[in-house]
Amino acid sequence: MISEGENTRYDLRIIASWIKPESRVLGLGCGEGELLYFLKTKKQVKETGIEIKEERVRTCIEKGLSVLQGDINEEILDYPPDYFDYVILSQTLQQVFEPESLICSMMKIGKQAIVSFPNFCHWRIRMQLLFSGHVPVTKELPYEWYNTPNIRVLSINDFRRFVERLNFRILKEAAIVLRDMNQNGDIVTTYPNLFASYGIFMIGKQKFI
Amino acid sequence: MSEYIEHDRAGKSVGQVEKKFYTFAESSEKMVLENGTHFGPITLAYETCGKLNSDRTNVILVLHALTGDSHMAGVYSEEDAKPGWWDIMIGPGKGIDTDRFFVVCSNIVGGCMGSTGPSSLNPEKGKPYGMDFPVLTIGDMVRAQKELMDHLGITKLLSVIGGSLGGMQVLEWSVRYPEMVRSAIPLATTTKHSALAIAFNEVARQAIMADPNWCNGDYYSGKKPDMGLAVARMIGHITYLSDESMRQKFGRRLQDQSDFSYGFNADFQVESYLRYQGSKFVERFDANSFLYITKAADYFDLEQQHGRGSIVQAFSGVPAKFLVVSFTSDWLYPTYQSKTMVKAMKKNGIDVSFCEIEANCGHDAFLLPNERLTRLISGFLEGVFNDIGR
Repeated sequence: MISEGENTRYDLRIIASWIKPESRVLGLGCGEGELLYFLKTKKQVKETGIEIKEERVRTCIEKGLSVLQGDINEEILDYPPDYFDYVILSQTLQQVFEPESLICSMMKIGKQAIVSFPNFCHWRIRMQLLFSGHVPVTKELPYEWYNTPNIRVLSINDFRRFVERLNFRILKEAAIVLRDMNQNGDIVTTYPNLFASYGIFMIGKQKFI
Repeated sequence: MSEYIEHDRAGKSVGQVEKKFYTFAESSEKMVLENGTHFGPITLAYETCGKLNSDRTNVILVLHALTGDSHMAGVYSEEDAKPGWWDIMIGPGKGIDTDRFFVVCSNIVGGCMGSTGPSSLNPEKGKPYGMDFPVLTIGDMVRAQKELMDHLGITKLLSVIGGSLGGMQVLEWSVRYPEMVRSAIPLATTTKHSALAIAFNEVARQAIMADPNWCNGDYYSGKKPDMGLAVARMIGHITYLSDESMRQKFGRRLQDQSDFSYGFNADFQVESYLRYQGSKFVERFDANSFLYITKAADYFDLEQQHGRGSIVQAFSGVPAKFLVVSFTSDWLYPTYQSKTMVKAMKKNGIDVSFCEIEANCGHDAFLLPNERLTRLISGFLEGVFNDIGR
């Protein structure tokens, strides 16, 4: 259950609710460690984060988190197979240069992967594209075409298809909208690819055929 | 390392400290060094700050760099104007908080600041060792420190912390005594010297040995090889800075003059600075110690000594939690060397944090006042200390 009003973003609390206590977690592009700190204090996980920006890395280490400064695509290669119970890629997939190889690396060193991303087929985006004649700019994707770090645009359905093509299994999924400055939100069950602003997936190992 | 000693502006200090001595490896129980020599007696000079707690879980061992000593923080007397070399980091409420931690630092064996070294009296000959002093390794230095810890009744170290040559000792401690070390902070260091680092050390040693006063190391009753040692120090200082910091600090500015002297005086500020650093250094440091310690640093090779050539193997079975820190402009021990050790730690499943701090002042960055480094260290130590309470 997702309790309301806590001081952590709703999407992060959904991810946290999927994670078993005392597990081993890797957060890719962990930022200032909001999710990892939440997991460490509330779920007693053994945490590791990877983040490229020095300032954010320092913020994490000052909080007592174990975090490495570096590029996620390179740093992910050094761990033993299945070392982590969960490898998390939260709100970063849309900025990844080679999503396929990253997801495969995640599934190699982790037993499960959790991936969340903004849904580019939300109805507001579709409307903007249809009526404004400009590339959409929204709360979730607030950049202009010339300064966006988001080089991949994908929808919830696209991701599902991508996972199937790679032959991984979707273990859990949540389509959500955020409100109250992202502190709270709702699960979208009706036409999620149209009405949800974010998708969150937990994926497991390849199906054996 | 350089002599950047500044009083904390907030005025917080550990106050008065005392240099103490511990002697071991006496005649019947000499220490067998890595080169096979039986050596003793060995005296270590050491200092402590803060209070040891009742369950002895708050001990931090600080390891000094090439030319440092046991005097890490505080002053020897009220008139003493010059606090210890890491006074900016160690003290009440500082990065290494002496209100919480019991901090120990000893002068390395081979040094010249109170521990047994080439300038110490050789009891068998009744004169200083000079070149009769055995060639030591970083491993020998750490084993001597372990004797001191045994003597102090310390069986667990909350953290071992040091930069540069001190960082090599940190790494050596964590792999040699894994059961003792809960966490480790190697700063601006390497698991083995590059050819570049060995080359600089060799030029520095040649400068000393080419000084006519060096007399094959037997100079203690006459003139000392001051010129050679000063040049060695000047070379060292160049490696501790960076192109950018030298450009900012000196550029091509002239020293107390507006035009060239068309001679070989110190025209440029950078020349004058290096000469000054060299001349200050010879007042406090022994040339033979410089030879022995730089050689130990060159010999240091964690992967050969502890991993049969594999850096991953060297860190296997090490339970310590690590915080590895490098500095962007450090060209003596560049970031790639820290990344190599971090990679090996990850492959062993070691809990490691790594941060490359943006700094333009070169290798010496770890000794300069740096709020970012201070907060990193204090946050990390707090986490480790809380973990043992769990």
